[in-house]
Amino acid sequence: MSQRIPVTELTPGFRGRAEEALTDGQLRNNFRVAMDSLMTKRANAFPDADEREGLRELGNRLKAGALSRLPDLLEQLEKKLTENGVKVHWAETVEEANELVHGIIEARKGSQVVKGKSMVSEEMEMNDYLAERGIECLESDMGEYIVQLDNEKPSHIIMPAIHKNARQVSKLFHDKLGEPETEDVNQLIQIGRRTLRRKFMDADVGVSGVNFAIAETGTLLLVENEGNGRMSTTAPPVHIAVTGIEKVVPNLRDVVPLVSLLTRSALGQPITTYVNLISGPRKPDELDGPEEVHLVLLDNGRTGAFADAQMRQTLNCIRCGACMNHCPVYTRVGGHTYGEVYPGPIGKIITPHMAGLDKVPDHPSASSLCGACGEVCPVKIPIPELLQRLRQENVKDPEQPQQVKGGGAKYSRTERWIWRGWQMLNTRPALYRSFLWAATRFRALAPKKAGPWTENHSAPVPARRSLHDLAARHLDQNGGRPS
Amino acid sequence: MTARANILGKLRSSLVGTTPRPDEFDEALVTAPWRYAPEDRIARLRSLMEAVHTEVHQCGSDNWPELVAELLNKRNLTNLLCAPSIEHGRALQAYFEATEQTIELLAYDQPVEAWKEELFWNVDASLTGTLGGIAATGTVVLWPDRHEPRLMSLVPPVHIALLKASEIHDNLYDMMVSQDWAAGLPTNVLLVSGPSKTADIEQVLAYGAHGPRELIVLVLEDL
Ligand code: SF4
Repeated sequence: MSQRIPVTELTPGFRGRAEEALTDGQLRNNFRVAMDSLMTKRANAFPDADEREGLRELGNRLKAGALSRLPDLLEQLEKKLTENGVKVHWAETVEEANELVHGIIEARKGSQVVKGKSMVSEEMEMNDYLAERGIECLESDMGEYIVQLDNEKPSHIIMPAIHKNARQVSKLFHDKLGEPETEDVNQLIQIGRRTLRRKFMDADVGVSGVNFAIAETGTLLLVENEGNGRMSTTAPPVHIAVTGIEKVVPNLRDVVPLVSLLTRSALGQPITTYVNLISGPRKPDELDGPEEVHLVLLDNGRTGAFADAQMRQTLNCIRCGACMNHCPVYTRVGGHTYGEVYPGPIGKIITPHMAGLDKVPDHPSASSLCGACGEVCPVKIPIPELLQRLRQENVKDPEQPQQVKGGGAKYSRTERWIWRGWQMLNTRPALYRSFLWAATRFRALAPKKAGPWTENHSAPVPARRSLHDLAARHLDQNGGRPS
Repeated sequence: MTARANILGKLRSSLVGTTPRPDEFDEALVTAPWRYAPEDRIARLRSLMEAVHTEVHQCGSDNWPELVAELLNKRNLTNLLCAPSIEHGRALQAYFEATEQTIELLAYDQPVEAWKEELFWNVDASLTGTLGGIAATGTVVLWPDRHEPRLMSLVPPVHIALLKASEIHDNLYDMMVSQDWAAGLPTNVLLVSGPSKTADIEQVLAYGAHGPRELIVLVLEDL
């Protein structure tokens, strides 16, 4: 499998990519249609508003409760998993995680890996890492397989190939697999099924993500519809699960509301086709299942987000994708525009902790702050509030100690002085009056350019008379009475 | 310092001076909206499962093998993977022998490595029992073991699941609590709610992505 071209290298910066995406009518249409339908599906999945709100509140409390005892839970999880025969590994960085995964594969002399859908493995760019070491790592989720075949990255966390339509997939299968062209989705899926079935059978190692890790029982829970997750975690002799450290919940029963929130928010399904609870490798008397199961727990910036009580809420995320489905910005520019693993609202609040805010300085402002993301989030992450916080972090003095990694990237001395001046003007009445007098009289001298504002708007020109003037004159004429 | 110590250390230092939040689980929220009269459970499970292309049949506890033969014959399938060493497998075998069915019964009686190729390419259908069902979501619960290993319900293109009506629970919470799952889970438990599917291309739903194309649930009316 050839190397993926990191999307970030195609066009630099969010702004450039956004402009490009906005001119692509096909792309805009694909997203518009898909997001409209996902929004309807979610709405239909929660017909009772009281139940929905109660469940969201519970989801929030369960996740926040789990985070409030996270280190203990991780230790409990490790202990239980170990008792069950699962090997637990810890990684602070994606490099460490990749090394661990590679080490496990090498110990088995493995050369072929099949991968179920896993956003953490995207964070790790695991496919590229393994490919460079001669190991083929094949995506087995249909959507992921399609984007991998086209050397792309996923554009949505639940529907990785949502930016493509059937015609585009047909062409891709024709070009890359030599299959006859067809726009029949069923036939396209059957091509994927045939191609991947052989891979499931031959793979030495299966990799998966984890939706919830249950400390009480030492269980990894995965939701999926296709069966590729079950194949990847069951058919090969080794299963490696990779997950962020925030995915642990205390008790088995906690997954009841969380799975319900996840599947209904993501695709509007009451439940996914498969909910897979894995609690250990094959036992001596069993006839199938992997001989080895490993769990890699990854930090990659999560402890940084955790350190800040407000930003910690980011770690509540159960990766349902609802925030992007409802985001007016995401719908128009698509997932690739963000240039990062996690697009849309969740990406904007989580990427700064992974990559650093200076890598994505435009992200916090690529939002209308309409609040839709926060309103739909099943675990009630106050995304708009966190975006505002990141906007503040963005303009903090970089000389000062930073609370969010890479803060201060948008700090501008000029802007700082302008605001100081503005403050002075507005807190000294005499100064304010003389400024107003001058601004109205010399209005012709107002600057014609005002930064990005005048890219799409005409420049503001002060009125001939200020409102104060007009009001005073009016009151004079009416003997001090408002008419 | 190891990665483990670093991660746990950072998390602990961020929590200094805080107390863990109390357990705020709300049982009523995950059970009350999902209660059904016993006579409605089958109907609820059935309508949800059928909505996602599952074929559901209700039959007696003794005449189901006949139905299995009929379903396989209708599809021109030539073999069926089952577990002749356990009760329902024995019943099926007895029926097939007595009626001289031409469908070959296969047993999963050796480690998968010994017959992976055959399992992946030459098995038409499989039949397994279930631990029960869930009315709220239209789900059957599989609890694989030595007799009915994990791949049995996944690899063959048609999967037939036997579900006793008396074992249909209202919701997942009730089921896991009444059966005390937390006390000891097997290596793998599966909640299955339909045949394998995907909507990854243009959100058009297509069945038979990687797992079974068809799921057939036989509800044995043992009430
Ligand atoms: S932030 Fe909320 S809505 Fe967005 S993916 Fe995470 S859980 Fe879903």
